[in-house]
Amino acid sequence: MKLKTFPGGVHPHDCKELSNQVEIVKLPPPRRVVIPLSQHLGSPSTPIVRVGDEVLAGQIIAEASGYVSIPQHASISGKVTKIDVFPHPSGTNQPAIEITGDEQDRWVELGDDKDYELLEMDEMKARITAAGVCGMGGAGFPTHVKLSPPPDKPIDTIILNGVECEPYLTADHRLMLERGEDIINGLKLIMKITGANRGIIGIETNKPDAIATMTKLTTLDARLSVCPLKLQYPQGAEKQLIYAATRRKVPNKGGLPMAVKVVVQNVGTAIAVYEAIRYRKPLVERVITVTGRIIRNPSNFLARIGIPFSELVEHAGGVTDVIGKVVSGGPMMGFAIPTLDAPMAKGSSGVVLMDESEARMLEEHACLRCARCVDVCPLNLLPSLIAASVKAKDLDTADKAGLSDCMKCGCCAYVCPANIRLVQWIDTGKVRLTDRQRARKQGDK
Amino acid sequence: MKNKYVVSSSPHLHDRTSIPMVMWNVVLALVPALVAAVYFWGFRALWLTLAGAMAAVITEGIIQKFRKVPVTIADGSAFLTGILLSYNVNVGTPFWLPVVGSVFAIAIGKQVFGGLGRNPVNPALLGRVFLLASWPTLMTSNWKEAFYRMQGTRSGINPEIITSITDKAKDLIISSTPLGVAKALRDSTTVQSLVSDAGGDAELPLRIFNGLFDLSTLRSLFIGNIGGCIGEVSALALLLGAAYLVYKNIIEWRIPLFYIGTVFILSFFFGGIAGSGYSILLPFFHIFAGGLLLGAFFMATDYTTSPITKMGRIYYAIGCGVLTVVIRLVGGYPEGVSYSILLMNVMTPLIDKFTMPKAFGRVKK
Repeated sequence: MKLKTFPGGVHPHDCKELSNQVEIVKLPPPRRVVIPLSQHLGSPSTPIVRVGDEVLAGQIIAEASGYVSIPQHASISGKVTKIDVFPHPSGTNQPAIEITGDEQDRWVELGDDKDYELLEMDEMKARITAAGVCGMGGAGFPTHVKLSPPPDKPIDTIILNGVECEPYLTADHRLMLERGEDIINGLKLIMKITGANRGIIGIETNKPDAIATMTKLTTLDARLSVCPLKLQYPQGAEKQLIYAATRRKVPNKGGLPMAVKVVVQNVGTAIAVYEAIRYRKPLVERVITVTGRIIRNPSNFLARIGIPFSELVEHAGGVTDVIGKVVSGGPMMGFAIPTLDAPMAKGSSGVVLMDESEARMLEEHACLRCARCVDVCPLNLLPSLIAASVKAKDLDTADKAGLSDCMKCGCCAYVCPANIRLVQWIDTGKVRLTDRQRARKQGDK
Repeated sequence: MKNKYVVSSSPHLHDRTSIPMVMWNVVLALVPALVAAVYFWGFRALWLTLAGAMAAVITEGIIQKFRKVPVTIADGSAFLTGILLSYNVNVGTPFWLPVVGSVFAIAIGKQVFGGLGRNPVNPALLGRVFLLASWPTLMTSNWKEAFYRMQGTRSGINPEIITSITDKAKDLIISSTPLGVAKALRDSTTVQSLVSDAGGDAELPLRIFNGLFDLSTLRSLFIGNIGGCIGEVSALALLLGAAYLVYKNIIEWRIPLFYIGTVFILSFFFGGIAGSGYSILLPFFHIFAGGLLLGAFFMATDYTTSPITKMGRIYYAIGCGVLTVVIRLVGGYPEGVSYSILLMNVMTPLIDKFTMPKAFGRVKK
């Protein structure tokens, strides 16, 4: 059988063997956490605690500041010690709430609705909203928004993203092996909420054990199936995954999956949805892969949100060599961050440490026009032309070549023999484009 | 905690291809053709090629020093240009010819425009047409070639396969390249003189024409037992190198496929002469003879001067094919690969402009 996939893409060595056999270890609550107010797409949450306040694990400390926003919860019990700007897993500095723990791990009261499947739809959505769930694959789109498409946009298919196409990362892989039932429970709930009658779990063939486990679990329900996918980065990108699994093309220029009757959720998010609905458990912990060639014991940890990366690295046995680069997320789309003090957020799927040789910056040369970037672009754009046009401050040509459509998957820069930092130029272009649009809007007023 | 981690834009991985890797791989892919040239013509083929390549490298180095830009002669791109230029001279030419050609190719064809990645046309081809325009006799008549040749005729046709051949016809077969013979047979004056020399044997031109794509001739063309430029001698050797580059994903398959495919189809339908009918073997003659394989795989695929869009590369290659056949069949030269590619090089920016790809999921308006 020919395996399903999408056009374009690259095949980086996945380096998953470092941690894919390592079982998830639940870490003890850290002594101190830093909870960023922005861990999601949308407006940052508004703090509702003050310095000095005592908080319990699971207690709301910042509330949603609008519809496209989520509340944040304390992930340990203790005292709010600072509300200030802290290092953020995106490499910037952003407002966050620091909690110093009391080492007692006292929780707010949770629940356990055995017949949670019979709950009203609005109640389910309310519990997801209250639990502060957002996409856990990286982008962090608020889940309650994704699960509430307008009535004129019916959903017929839910795709669970178990692709984990970023090299090194194994958190989702381990979740599928160890918490398959919870994933299925979450999937069924998501299908119920959206009215979808088909649930597909997309998994790449470099995880045959996960495919086997999930296939076994889906045999009980005819609506569910596993879709094995050919190894190809960036298959975990929403549009690529939807195309690979259903052959449907999400429209460009800001089109959403619901335009093709699909909602995609990460497997980790499915568990969070299940726990939010059944146990009213807020999203205060997640599984993260701590890995890299210089990590002594590459690991998958179940850790509390807000734990500093430095502590995760310690739990993984520290490093065997000098750290050259710290990547928050996967190495293709993650952020190189200046400090290990940054905390793990809801969207943090991994920390990858690189030694100095892996971190060495390659010298940028003149573009050869070899068009390798064009050949691998999964969105059929012209990356070299975008970059050259941004350099030349010609935003119109850059946009015609696909500037605003680009999702920054990095395939182009990965294959560029001239080592042109295409994603960086594209990023610069996106900022300039937004600035220009804002300026024009203001000009219209 | 110290703060000296590298902070850079994603992605944080690279597939480790580099410009030198690409260029030296192309050079490697051109080695079989050189081996074939040495086999058929002796070591002079090697020395001529090296002379051209070294001249290219030295020229690039001097100009880069002069321009006060980094000297990048180790990246292999000037070396490659020099080899490609030398592949376009015949083994009987004096050493200064590929040297002058290479200096021109690098200086006027490349560095004048700003160096690697910025030249509008293929520097090696520009160097070649410069030589062709300046020293046409040296470029086309192989005054010493016979000395280096080991066996056979320049056209690859064995005179013995043509019944009741005349001395004049034999001369044509022995002294002209395969495409030269094909061109001569399309010229009514040549045809008339052949016929009258043969005592009114009106079928003689047709028999010679059929000899061009006789299986024994095609075998000579394919293996390399013919006259021509250094790099064009053996189709087999060129195909070996090309297969390596396609396998290594260094050259693009669309350009050679559509270029050669276009020549195949057009020469099948229009390649015949009066009374020759159609033969499926004739297109093979057009593919193996002359510089088409060298051009289609190693020159037309030049990154800088070919379109970056996927559709654009197809139009570009078809354009190259059409022009090549037009020049070969009705133009003034027996061979048209160089001019076709140069003309399509110039069209490249326009082709790119009109073949912007549709972004994934683009909605029809």
